[in-house]
Amino acid sequence: MSFFLETLAGGLLAGVMYALVAIGFVLIYKASGVFNFAQGAMVLCAALTFVTLTERDVPFWLAGLITLAIMVTLAVAVERVVLRPLVNRSQITLFMATLGLSYIIEGGSQFVMGASVHELDLGISDLPVAIGPIQLSSFDLVAAASAGALVIALWLFFERTRIGVSLRAVADDPQAALSIGIRLPVLWATVWAVAGFVALVAGLLWGARQGVQFSLTFVVLKALPVLIIGGFTSITGAVVGGLIVGAADALAEIYLGPLLGGSVSTWFAYGLAVAFLLVRPAGLFGERAIERV
Amino acid sequence: MSRLSRVLGAAALAASLTAPFSLPSAAFAQEAGAPAAKQYIPLATYRVGAYASSGTPVWGGTIDYLRYLNEVEGGINGVKLTWEECETEWAVEKGVECYERLKGGRDGSPVPLFLPHGDPITKALTEKSAADKIPLLTTGYGRTEAIDGRVFPYSFTVLFSFWSEASSAINYIAEQVGGKDKLKGLKIATVYHDSPYGKETQVPLDLLAKTYGFENIQIAVPHPGNDQSAQWARIRQIKPDWVFLRGWGVMTPVAIKTAAKTGFPVDHIIGGIWSGSEEDVRPAGSVGKGYLAITPFPAGAEFGILKKIKAAIVDQGKSDLKDLKSFGSVYYNSGVIETIIAVEAIRTAQARFGKRPLTGEETQWGLEHLVLDEARLKELGADGLVQPLRLSIKDHEGGGAGKVLQWDGAKWNIVSKGWVKSDRELLLPVIYERAAAYAREKGITPRSEDTAEASAK
Repeated sequence: MSFFLETLAGGLLAGVMYALVAIGFVLIYKASGVFNFAQGAMVLCAALTFVTLTERDVPFWLAGLITLAIMVTLAVAVERVVLRPLVNRSQITLFMATLGLSYIIEGGSQFVMGASVHELDLGISDLPVAIGPIQLSSFDLVAAASAGALVIALWLFFERTRIGVSLRAVADDPQAALSIGIRLPVLWATVWAVAGFVALVAGLLWGARQGVQFSLTFVVLKALPVLIIGGFTSITGAVVGGLIVGAADALAEIYLGPLLGGSVSTWFAYGLAVAFLLVRPAGLFGERAIERV
Repeated sequence: MSRLSRVLGAAALAASLTAPFSLPSAAFAQEAGAPAAKQYIPLATYRVGAYASSGTPVWGGTIDYLRYLNEVEGGINGVKLTWEECETEWAVEKGVECYERLKGGRDGSPVPLFLPHGDPITKALTEKSAADKIPLLTTGYGRTEAIDGRVFPYSFTVLFSFWSEASSAINYIAEQVGGKDKLKGLKIATVYHDSPYGKETQVPLDLLAKTYGFENIQIAVPHPGNDQSAQWARIRQIKPDWVFLRGWGVMTPVAIKTAAKTGFPVDHIIGGIWSGSEEDVRPAGSVGKGYLAITPFPAGAEFGILKKIKAAIVDQGKSDLKDLKSFGSVYYNSGVIETIIAVEAIRTAQARFGKRPLTGEETQWGLEHLVLDEARLKELGADGLVQPLRLSIKDHEGGGAGKVLQWDGAKWNIVSKGWVKSDRELLLPVIYERAAAYAREKGITPRSEDTAEASAK
């Protein structure tokens, strides 16, 4: 029984890490209806910038601030150069633009900061901690706490600030929001900057776990089923989706994998996502869109 | 008249349009007729993309050695070397495109051999290269059955095949536990990248388990391997005595970190060839201390040839490396080792065909007659760096041994007593059987040593 609980807890904590990446997607989708394919590249860019600075003896907090400033600058540039010229274009056009953007950010990051693998030590122990009958990673517990804090901060931002209310207005009805004087470019730049901050947090935690390297962009692969299950428009959905995917993946790998003679976590989360699509297309917490056709 | 003028006009137009294309080909033909001064070597590289961190130091070693040869030794027997890079991003389609683009040679020099740098690219090129008569030289990767050159005349899985890698790892464990008879009853888990490369050692490990009586446990990690909590939870449940880790890219540091957080002793994990570089273990941080790896590419900057390259190239500011920290690393040394083998094969072929740029067919003969014994390795300054090799038509691997390295938190140290040999006498009959099955499936008539020699003449 303790082994089952340990596997379940390990999976839930891994799911929190996926949720961190998924939240970045949700932010941009909520504000502009765009599935931002470049979120993984933003995670890489943020982590690579941070580690490049700390390796040059820039203090930890200053490196964080400089990286945040760079991510905000990137957000403003994306709004000016990519999104503004594409206003009123179809969603698939915007999606393709973010696809191109991901290559530019990935290539640009490697061009400027090199392709080497970097160690990132956040000073958080990653050794096992005994909690009752089960062993958990202290690093995973810190990651879960960070994700919790991030969700609360984002909730406060969306619910309690003027910009947050404007963002919700744009998400509900962009035309009506524009007609009452809400400035869309400012909002887009803001939401991309917040997504950049989320990418920084995700990049630091994933970078500390696996090293800062190009494969950070691959973490988005698991964020997709998280989004489908949780819903594209809900931060709570991203967290719940992450927990479901993490737990289901770990349990399937342990109990189903040996029966099928191989690794199942490559496809299991996607299979689960397809099942959700069939039963609940908008995901657990997503908004149901009703359109006249 | 008007019709004539139209015909003449069309002819003039056609001539003017084709002239720019026909002139260079005439020039090329002229150059091709006369011996070219330089031997061209195409390099399929990956300096961008997911695996750039692994590739960049390799080309550092390759290019620094080529530069050393040109600047210090005047090339190979006076034939200078020229090279050209083609970016593959380690992707099969780009690797095949590079091969097709570069196989025609350059400035009159044919292509002596091709270094595909990627197991999937190698498998995709096996038949093309045989048709084009361009040897594929793969060191530490590639199709294991290609050891049988009777069936695979143009594929050279030189040095250390994946089967030898698995066998040497088991033999190292045997050394640690007090002999092969002590392997009986041990639990050895292989944590592998879930890909054809990762699965390549399943057959030899099964055979070795039956021979020595250890329990062979196989645990797959899906690509890219950035979360392995479930796999290592299984390890905790099974409690193996040793883990053989066959990763690629991010899978290795994540495996080391996850092993540590689940409490598995890192000094009982032996990484395979592609889990045994500084780039694999450094991101794991302090928990990587004690981790082992088996490799045909020992790390270190104290080998004779490395000292020569440092003095003539690196210290002169001519190194291809941007980050000189990689000098003497596993990947840098792998580039040097691979290039030494390629160059020595060309040198061997030159002794027979003449001191000029060689074709793939001629270099294939050089590869199949390559002898790198202790004396020659000492002469090159590569003793201890490259294992003694003797290739033949029946043996495109030649070596089949690796050294075991241990990470001390900052660098690799060699901890095995010399080269740990694999059980080639046990594995080769199975490899030959599989090669023969491939020949039957593809309708290939295997060469004999006599037919190979006759075709070389």
